[in-house]
Amino acid sequence: MSEPGPPLVEARGWGWRHSTRKAWAVRGLDLRIEPGERVLLLGASGAGKSTLLAGLAGLLDPDESGGDEEGVLLIDGVQTRRARQEAVRDGHAVTGLLLQDPQAQTVLARCGDDVAFGLENHAVPETEIWPKVHKALDGVGFPYPVEHSTGQLSGGERQRLALAGVLALGPGLLLLDEPTAMLDPEGADQVRQTIATVLEMTGAGCILIEHRVEPWLPLIDRVVVLEPGGGVYADGPPGRVFAEQTDSLAAAGVWVPGNGGRSGAAGRVGVGKQVVAVGRSPLLTAQGLAARRPGQEQPPVRDVDLVVRAGRALAITGANGAGKSTLALALAGLTAPAAGKLTASDALAKGAGPDPHKWRAGQLVSRIGTVFQDPQHQFVAPTVEQELAVGPERVASQKKRLFGKANPATTSQIGGLLERLRLDHLARANPYTLSGGEQRRLSVATVLATAPDVLVLDEPTFGQDARTWAELAALLVELLGEGKAVVAATHDAELVELLAAHGEVVKL
Amino acid sequence: MTVLLTGLDQREASTAPIGRANPAAKLLVASIISVALILTVDPVTAGVALALELAALPWCGLPLRKLFRTSWIILLGAIPAGIFTLLFGVDSGSTLLGLGPVTITEGSLESAVAITLRILAIGLPGVVLLATTDPTDLADALSQNLRLPHRFVLSALAALRLVGLLAQEWQTLSMARRARGLEQGVRAFGGQVFALLVIAIRRGTVLATTMEARGFGVDAPRTWARRAHFGRGDWLVVLGGVGVAAVATTAGVLAGTWNLLLT
Repeated sequence: MSEPGPPLVEARGWGWRHSTRKAWAVRGLDLRIEPGERVLLLGASGAGKSTLLAGLAGLLDPDESGGDEEGVLLIDGVQTRRARQEAVRDGHAVTGLLLQDPQAQTVLARCGDDVAFGLENHAVPETEIWPKVHKALDGVGFPYPVEHSTGQLSGGERQRLALAGVLALGPGLLLLDEPTAMLDPEGADQVRQTIATVLEMTGAGCILIEHRVEPWLPLIDRVVVLEPGGGVYADGPPGRVFAEQTDSLAAAGVWVPGNGGRSGAAGRVGVGKQVVAVGRSPLLTAQGLAARRPGQEQPPVRDVDLVVRAGRALAITGANGAGKSTLALALAGLTAPAAGKLTASDALAKGAGPDPHKWRAGQLVSRIGTVFQDPQHQFVAPTVEQELAVGPERVASQKKRLFGKANPATTSQIGGLLERLRLDHLARANPYTLSGGEQRRLSVATVLATAPDVLVLDEPTFGQDARTWAELAALLVELLGEGKAVVAATHDAELVELLAAHGEVVKL
Repeated sequence: MTVLLTGLDQREASTAPIGRANPAAKLLVASIISVALILTVDPVTAGVALALELAALPWCGLPLRKLFRTSWIILLGAIPAGIFTLLFGVDSGSTLLGLGPVTITEGSLESAVAITLRILAIGLPGVVLLATTDPTDLADALSQNLRLPHRFVLSALAALRLVGLLAQEWQTLSMARRARGLEQGVRAFGGQVFALLVIAIRRGTVLATTMEARGFGVDAPRTWARRAHFGRGDWLVVLGGVGVAAVATTAGVLAGTWNLLLT
């Protein structure tokens, strides 16, 4: 049962259409990837990158999950579905798949069991399982013993555990679907270094999907760009592809190396525009504030003194687990202070009282707007248009309750917002069906719809591509210029830098 | 929910003879006692079963404080069920208390006591099973000792881990929706449940993909990294369960209160 070497990948006119979808995710794909090659797979959102990885992992089956297939997709000359089944019977894997969401890739409650899971499925004899588990955990530099609970791992640790589960099966080809997109910079670095070491040690090939190209470049020897709904758009060594396709890749949201990427965007929006000093009057004042999430006993954040001012930015930064988001939620009036005080000025409260967490939701939404890390947490309506109307309606019904009259948002206001955030062509679409970048823009638009004086954002640039990043940065600077206060909890160093130019930084 | 959620965290290995028994043995005991008590509603059978279970409690390795923390939901069911039977159960024998249409008679009192004891006696072994068993060990025992289909058992085990995550998601959703201007209320609750469902499906899909990519679900034999051993001690525990059921039933029959529910 010796482990086979890296496999050869061939696609010939391959296409896949998910059941219930009209458009093909991938179509007419002709591609050959030599054994051991390390390929960066690029393409606009919706170009079928993840579908191709799922196909290579042998997980797309017209008979089981529905969907239509065209052409052939082969691994070492064998159809990928069959290759997967044969591999399970042979006791090793041909491919290893690592996805984005760390939480959803942990299968079992103990670290060792989680790594052993794949080996059990491949019917590896009991006596060989545990040596392989230990070897895989050592290989990814996992710091805990096999009995350690998977419950309290950080995102980076979780991704390395998932990687160990994959590596234990000795795959010759790693399929990496944005494996660091949901990690903080430290965790992302660790996972990237681990993958580099593993590729070096095993000689395995890899196919990587990733927007933030730069840190991965040393690992990559070929770039393939997919055309949405079509075949290969560009293919070749990284230097050549990036030089020839700079503009089209930037338009697709790739942080093109050497093209400024994110820092270029920051330069464009940050320096040119001088913020007019508008009032700078205090809106929120925290004194000895301690913050915690619901269900948390000990507040991770204590003794915070700060002032949120009109037209000024406040960047909250700090290590993972320091409580950046927790503090942001408290400042947003979503949790009650565990100790100390958070006071809204009269200018912000407009008669609602000094304690933001005691405001009714309908009052809160027109005073402090909060953008959550995951846009989907905040979607409450069936269409983009209606999603934008929810906030103004809540404000109107709150006013009606108090004064017996209401002026609901006009459709022109909503139309203006849709246009401003490039969502006008999606007015009738269901928010859940939008791409990641579109969802982020929508979640910001919903907050702006009620024109709050304070904007609180929790990791707003998390997992966003270059284009969305630049748009968001420009918008925040614009809002500061209009006299809004912007509070952002973030570990994005460039966003912190941008906001620091318009306010101050709190490091937890 | 408490019972469910306490079933989620991995717990230290119990050293008590019943607590550390193979989960399949504990499950068999709970099933045997349940069947014996479902057959009849009478205070003697249920009372003797409950008394014997309480007598065995010191060997279960479950401190009283923890027992109450995990079993309050059963008390919550047993006591109202008893009161309801007391007030509205079929009347027979002499009337003890009459308040208009509501009468308490000897017959309804007996039924009320029987129902309450029965719920407690059926519930207690289940609580012990959940509170002293690691879910992973239970899954191993169900697949290896009781030969239940492992695809089903392991899927359920993996899904159980997601339930704990969903509790956190629920709290985030509550705050996120307040930030959108929605008050907490009955109408908003439905929408929030839907949002949670969407999140659950999304995460579940990723989890399923992860599992399949590691060879799960292929129709092929599987090995086990952890051997679930069913030994002599485990048979003794099962025998103990049979004993409880037999003694309780015999007591009920001798006392003349045992009556087959189906007739």
